[in-house]
Amino acid sequence: MYPPEFDYERADSVDHALELMDEHAGEEIELLAGGHSLLPTMKSGLASPDVLIDIGHIEALQGVETNGDGFSIGALANYADVDDSPEVWEGATAFADATHRIGDVQVRNRGTVGGNIAHADPASDLGGALLASNGTVVAQGPDGEREIPADDFYLGMYATALEPEELLTRIELPETGENDVGAYAKKPSPSSGYPIVGVAAVLHTDGEEIESARVGANNIMDHGVRLTPTEEALAGEPLEEETMEEAAEVATDELDDVMMMEDLQASAEFRAQLTRVYTKRALLGALDRLESAPPAAAD
Amino acid sequence: MSTETGETETNEVETSESSEVALEDVFGSAIERREDPALITGEAEYTDDIQRPNMAHMAVLRSQYGHAKIEDIDTSAAEAMDGVIAVYTATDIEEAGTPGDLPVGWLLPSLKTPSHPILAGDRVRYQGDGVAVVVAEERYLAQDALDAIDVEYDRLDAVVDPKEAVEDDAPAIHEWSEDPTDTETEDDGEAEEVPPNVAFDWEIGDADATDDAFANAAHTVDIDLTNQRLIPNAMEPRATVAEYLPGTEELEVHMTSQNPHLHRQLMAAVLDVPEHKLHVVAPEVGGGFGSKIHHYPDEALTAWCARELERPIKWTATRTETYLTDAHGRDHRTHAELAMDEEGTVTGMRVDTYAGMGAYLSTFAPSIPTYLYGTLLSGQYDIPAIHCQVTGAFTNGAPVDAYRGAGRPEALYVVERLMNLGAKEVGMDPAEFRRHNFIPSDDFPHETPVAVVYDSGDYEPALDKALDMLDYDELRERQEELREEGRYLGIGFSSYIEACGLAPSELAGQLGAQAGLWESGVVRVHPSGKVTAFCGTSGHGQGHETTFAQIVSRELGVPYEDIEIVEGDTDEIPQGMGTYGSRSAAVGGSAIATSSQKVVEKARKIAAHQLEAAEDDLEFEGGEFSVSGAPDRAMTIQEVAQQAYLAHDVPDDLEPGLEETSFFDPENFVFPFGTHAAVVEVDPESGEISFERYAAVDDVGNQINPKIVEGQVHGGIAQGVGQALYEGAEYDSNGSLMTGSMQDYAVPKAEHIPEMDTDSTVTPAPQNPLGVKGVGEAGTIAAPQAVVNAVCDALEPFDVDHIDMPITPEKIWNAAENDDSQEEI
Repeated sequence: MYPPEFDYERADSVDHALELMDEHAGEEIELLAGGHSLLPTMKSGLASPDVLIDIGHIEALQGVETNGDGFSIGALANYADVDDSPEVWEGATAFADATHRIGDVQVRNRGTVGGNIAHADPASDLGGALLASNGTVVAQGPDGEREIPADDFYLGMYATALEPEELLTRIELPETGENDVGAYAKKPSPSSGYPIVGVAAVLHTDGEEIESARVGANNIMDHGVRLTPTEEALAGEPLEEETMEEAAEVATDELDDVMMMEDLQASAEFRAQLTRVYTKRALLGALDRLESAPPAAAD
Repeated sequence: MSTETGETETNEVETSESSEVALEDVFGSAIERREDPALITGEAEYTDDIQRPNMAHMAVLRSQYGHAKIEDIDTSAAEAMDGVIAVYTATDIEEAGTPGDLPVGWLLPSLKTPSHPILAGDRVRYQGDGVAVVVAEERYLAQDALDAIDVEYDRLDAVVDPKEAVEDDAPAIHEWSEDPTDTETEDDGEAEEVPPNVAFDWEIGDADATDDAFANAAHTVDIDLTNQRLIPNAMEPRATVAEYLPGTEELEVHMTSQNPHLHRQLMAAVLDVPEHKLHVVAPEVGGGFGSKIHHYPDEALTAWCARELERPIKWTATRTETYLTDAHGRDHRTHAELAMDEEGTVTGMRVDTYAGMGAYLSTFAPSIPTYLYGTLLSGQYDIPAIHCQVTGAFTNGAPVDAYRGAGRPEALYVVERLMNLGAKEVGMDPAEFRRHNFIPSDDFPHETPVAVVYDSGDYEPALDKALDMLDYDELRERQEELREEGRYLGIGFSSYIEACGLAPSELAGQLGAQAGLWESGVVRVHPSGKVTAFCGTSGHGQGHETTFAQIVSRELGVPYEDIEIVEGDTDEIPQGMGTYGSRSAAVGGSAIATSSQKVVEKARKIAAHQLEAAEDDLEFEGGEFSVSGAPDRAMTIQEVAQQAYLAHDVPDDLEPGLEETSFFDPENFVFPFGTHAAVVEVDPESGEISFERYAAVDDVGNQINPKIVEGQVHGGIAQGVGQALYEGAEYDSNGSLMTGSMQDYAVPKAEHIPEMDTDSTVTPAPQNPLGVKGVGEAGTIAAPQAVVNAVCDALEPFDVDHIDMPITPEKIWNAAENDDSQEEI
């Protein structure tokens, strides 16, 4: 029930991390950042790496930065770093909202955004938010830096577009406009606190009408997905409760029923129902938030 | 999920420091718990904190299968590992000549008791059944070495549902020495085949009278319900540190125990250790909820290894082992019916229950779904005829035994669900239907048709208080208004009774108990007048060090701070039965009170002698003896204590010293009762529930410490809400536990628990010197049906009669979604 022996390496820089990954190529490697997903899987025997490469001390990967037209979230930024940033709450509200709803205070103080996204747990709260926020994943490999749009990033359960020799270094999020708003709504599992369903929505508006929308959901399929029928139903519609309710009704219309997640927590059928309910709550939450400035955690 | 709370005033009890409380008020005051500073700061020592020189560590290899034959076990690779001291299997236990078979502590006439070896030999019967142990220099290494043991299994079909387990085609879990299908003789002399997984058939009540009641009923209702399997979650996992002292041949065992004397008695037999050479200590114990009553294989194995290797050995369960092997609770499948006359008076109740026992019979398992269940089916009601039939079934799951409430939550769940259906059937308000059927307050003692005599009770005041707390009439009006807005408020009642402080010993013996149910208390007044009191109960979070000191303070008139309480050590306490079944205050507290009274009587003799007065002329108040009419002629109990030990001038017929022992054996159970009411709002679209109110009125007799009573009620309700909405152990058809960790088994968190508004009525228990009952299980017994009744009430417009626990959002959504009556609303 405890992890068997493994080697431990500590990387001082991104380049050093890439060197270590190269050195141990052929062995089973796990990268240790906050360790909040990795250590439980190692303790329960689900992961037994030969070597842990600790990237948690690389200075260049820390922190949240605001640049001209968006945010650069270092791979090692904690959830709390994001949650504590008024700028991210203002300019990438759905993403801030999602980090705010992860785990508890201890988890938010130690877990990392980069680790979460690279791990690609279908239940991660950030899956839907990354898609809805139109984020970009930046990875560094032996051949240099590569940008992966969120829409191309998630491939499946714990599977991403990252290559084995690549290191996720940061997340880029565009800053939304003055009349734009976002929200994340989550049905937490009473046992684990992970979402049974989570839905993130970002509305681009002119103050009266929705110009376009991005809606992403996690833990309904084997990876984060966009709810395109809802996005389409929102575009060009007035900012009213009825708009949100109608758009939520079609949330699952284009999802493959067969691929819908099913577990002890919820059947596929009920998960689809929860997806509609929580899409509505995310959209209504966003609508509410348009009234209040600056945006803040709902609780 | 939002919780609409905070709008109501709660009656939270304020605590006081003991120094602020006058001596005469100590008993009954909400004094701060004296045990908390050590527990909060980490100073308290639990079993796993214990270190011994040269201590080794034990780990247990457990079956990953629910049911399999063991073809071969190869331990050679594990034995060859550096730091591994020994690896043992069932063969080693047998070769050592150790009995190694766990006994059952409660026998029923038809009971089949399979062998329950401390290590499985040729067959495993549940996931978690131990097949080998490793002893190693380090804990980590012991765990690693388990992976090096190679066990060849031949998997067998499994059965996990108690009702399916007793069907003819179910895989047999035990091989009986007689025919594969046992036979038993019926009254008419014809032999009936008993399926192999039937552990027992048991009944109580009058079947014919009950049939008559149903034949003549104007109304009947019936229900099929599941009382789901639950996993106890004591914060501290089970653990043992055992040390063998070859010089004296003593075996010292520190363990997580609710009853160290019982563990000593059982372990002495299992390991063939003379009882006087076995010393069992329960250090601080971090909760039990029943799970630390029973004698498990692991504690015995730790002690066995310590004796075999002559080294101190420690074993501490991982949380995974806790989930797999701590005795689970409940696991009933029940069909129940209620008969009523035209006026809505209940005339009969019929109950048929299949109770899962798990793979083996745990220590007190047979008593839980029988004498602690069937006997409470009359609830608070005057029911002329009741019949209850229980079939105990072996299944490929962890053994089921006492878990907070133990049989009584199962009983009251049946009763209170039926009462709700009955009220609906006859068109009465559920609160008034209950009131209509209450045993009247002038009808006590009241003998029920299920063999118990309620010694006291007064049920209407508790119900009325609960209705007042809710502002019930206004609430029903609001419920109507909200329904018109498409919002669904529900109100659920639970008028519960419990029987605790199981007694007397003679009756328990007649019913099959292999133990007495008295309790011992020793009160030792030291020469300085300070006091140490010893009790055979064994607290593990209940606050006995506080409440028992409050009892002694009142009886002796000695300051609370001058009294120390000792529990949990077989070398210090004469004999004891332990802490479970809400018995400690009523039975243990009474033993200490009785000993204190004996101390006062002896002190009176000494004081009378020295004050040269007749004993009858002495008054005893506030810890001082004084001569009636001459208050200057007085001696404090402290002065008497000094004289008792000096023994220079005590009466000729009196021994020196000031210490007394009592074995208190009550004449009957005590019967706490009350009414709990839950108010919930249900959202049919998401299936989510939010609590609006939770009101609890409990009558636990005199309260020694109202803050501790309140804490017990809060904790009990939290556990009951957990069962109602969140918790449920699930095995798949192979007997693999699917809810094997807190990741999948929803132990309720603070955010899941309603704000609770508690109040009480006080009907003192007539049969013990303190007038106290018990409160440890009240909330757990009361809460589940209050919540389920509330949810079903909320969903009444959807024509929902029943939803099984745990009531998950998906079940609610399904119930609302599948409603055919919606068009009409």
